[in-house]
Amino acid sequence: MSQGPILELRGINKSFGPVQVLHDVAFSAYPGEVTALVGDNGAGKSTLVKCIGGIHPIDSGEYFFDGERVHVSGPRDAAALGVEIVYQDLALCDNLDIVQNMFLGRERRSGLVLDEDTMEEMAAKTLAGLSVRTVKSLRQHVSSLSGGQRQTVAIAKAVLWNSKVVILDEPTAALGVAQTAQVLELVRRLADRGLAVVLISHNMNDVFAVSDRIAALYLGRMAAEVKASEVTHAQIVELITSGRSGELGLKNGNGAAS
Amino acid sequence: MTTETLPKQENAESALGGHVKGYLERVKGGELGALPAVFGLVILCVVFSVLRPAFLSAVNFANLFTQGAAVAVIAMGLIFVLLLGEIDLSAGFASGVCAAVLAVLLTLQGWPWYLAVLAAMVTGAVIGLVLGSLVAKLGIPSFVVTLAAFLAFQGVVLLLVKDGTNISIRDETILAIANKNVPPVAGWAALVVGVAAYAAIQFVQARRRASRGLVATPVAVIAARVATLAVVAGIAVYVLNLERSRNAALVSLKGVPIVVPLIVILLIVWTFVLRRTAYGRHIYAVGGNAEAARRAGINVDRIRISAFVICSFMASLGGIIAASRANSVDPNTGGSNVLLFAVGAAVIGGTSLFGGKGRALDALLGGAVVAVIENGMGLMGYSAGVKFVVTGSVLLLAAGVDALSRKRAAATGRR
Repeated sequence: MSQGPILELRGINKSFGPVQVLHDVAFSAYPGEVTALVGDNGAGKSTLVKCIGGIHPIDSGEYFFDGERVHVSGPRDAAALGVEIVYQDLALCDNLDIVQNMFLGRERRSGLVLDEDTMEEMAAKTLAGLSVRTVKSLRQHVSSLSGGQRQTVAIAKAVLWNSKVVILDEPTAALGVAQTAQVLELVRRLADRGLAVVLISHNMNDVFAVSDRIAALYLGRMAAEVKASEVTHAQIVELITSGRSGELGLKNGNGAAS
Repeated sequence: MTTETLPKQENAESALGGHVKGYLERVKGGELGALPAVFGLVILCVVFSVLRPAFLSAVNFANLFTQGAAVAVIAMGLIFVLLLGEIDLSAGFASGVCAAVLAVLLTLQGWPWYLAVLAAMVTGAVIGLVLGSLVAKLGIPSFVVTLAAFLAFQGVVLLLVKDGTNISIRDETILAIANKNVPPVAGWAALVVGVAAYAAIQFVQARRRASRGLVATPVAVIAARVATLAVVAGIAVYVLNLERSRNAALVSLKGVPIVVPLIVILLIVWTFVLRRTAYGRHIYAVGGNAEAARRAGINVDRIRISAFVICSFMASLGGIIAASRANSVDPNTGGSNVLLFAVGAAVIGGTSLFGGKGRALDALLGGAVVAVIENGMGLMGYSAGVKFVVTGSVLLLAAGVDALSRKRAAATGRR
């Protein structure tokens, strides 16, 4: 994995009024790898993700995509680059079916009329490509799906658009054991297909199960970006709770990242 | 959960079984669709025809259509607003305002009918634009905005028709809408063409899907649908083509009332918009989960405003039909029970008050139920008071069914 990062942020600052949420944050995601983004509540994970997704404009800092500096000033810019975010609440419409949800806002049409057949084919292909075999019919309403299936649909929706970076916000938070395993498997498969996957999670087991790299935020600063194989659970927990662990982490409570 | 994913493997036989089974499962799961309305309609018709044989006469059958037309058209527009989970309480008086505009221009100003109709429709669209903007941009709850409009429009109608008088309509074209009939031959021709077109569209669609390896509607199901349409519409056209005049030698009265094809055209247009266009899809999306729609890049405000525009526009058409039927416009046009009946029609037809669920057809089914109740009770000689109480109860019943089916859907994990 000697490729450069597809997504790279440098020196990101973001404030909401008087509260500075992100201090000089650096973050990278590599194609074919799962990068876990961890941190305690309020560490700035969601804000960072929303900055990446263009929902919050960054105050200062540099945003590189595929080696080139870009300006992302809205969700559409991020989507145009190939960055898709799967939010924790999934943003699915219960009263629409799987195909309708996957193409929501980007419907295929021939002339004035929706091209349902093409959409259904593409959706089927995408789900098959992700080896999803748990859905009875593509035309069932999302309201009739289980939590894991809904997560799958949300992820498939993000993958449908030849996206290059997929960011998953706590995809397993509301799931049972079997479904969590399913979703993690799916996450791994996304990376194996060459996508850069960013996984936000509180669950250390999940993080170590699938990720190649771990980025730990502590009070709005990037405490460490490390390879998952080079650290232990305990070290990551320490990074999350105190911002440093031995050689790793912030030099002192307020210092710069190592 | 079963582990078959791509439903391609199903063969034709299991497809039919699966279709029926899927439908029964949906009904059990709380998606009742048109069932309560159809059920209620059948029961009401049986009860009234047993108690009052006159209910079944050709004259009365034609009356049902012209009586229910205005309410059904207003309800069709209301469905767009209800799909978003909003409400428009002013639709009744909006139709009154548009009818008053029509009458003033037509009778007092002497405008030609097409310009007066256009002015009434523009009035409706503008009303919707204002209401929708207040709801979407300012964020005032639609309940409050349209309640205020309800009161204000009542006043506007009074001002337009100069306190208590009424303006009669003498224009032949406008009067024809609710009072004249299509020649019987044309009625049959339209029926044949319509049923054939419906069958052709369904078959072509199914074949195209089958050829691409997608699950297609089984031929038997399509045949059943086409047969149902042909029989129901056929009976309606047949009865409407019977001689209704008491003195046929003097003046012949037969054929489908002109409002009926008008409503059918509106039904086709709005069904197409809701089911086949991206715009319609976005309406459902906003009604189902506005936040998800926003994140999907849908302009939620624009969808909201447009739904109110469609609603008030349809109210204007309802107003024109009402004016045609009454031969005049008075301060009560679009007032009293019109709005309640329209909301009731939509809800009885199966449109949810919680948003995200409903079809244009609901307005007709529900409208038929409302018209049958009003008409049947009138024949039974009940007073207006009793009619109001019964219609109110039916609306409450329909809303109760809606809420219960929603609860049931939640319990079975469908919502």
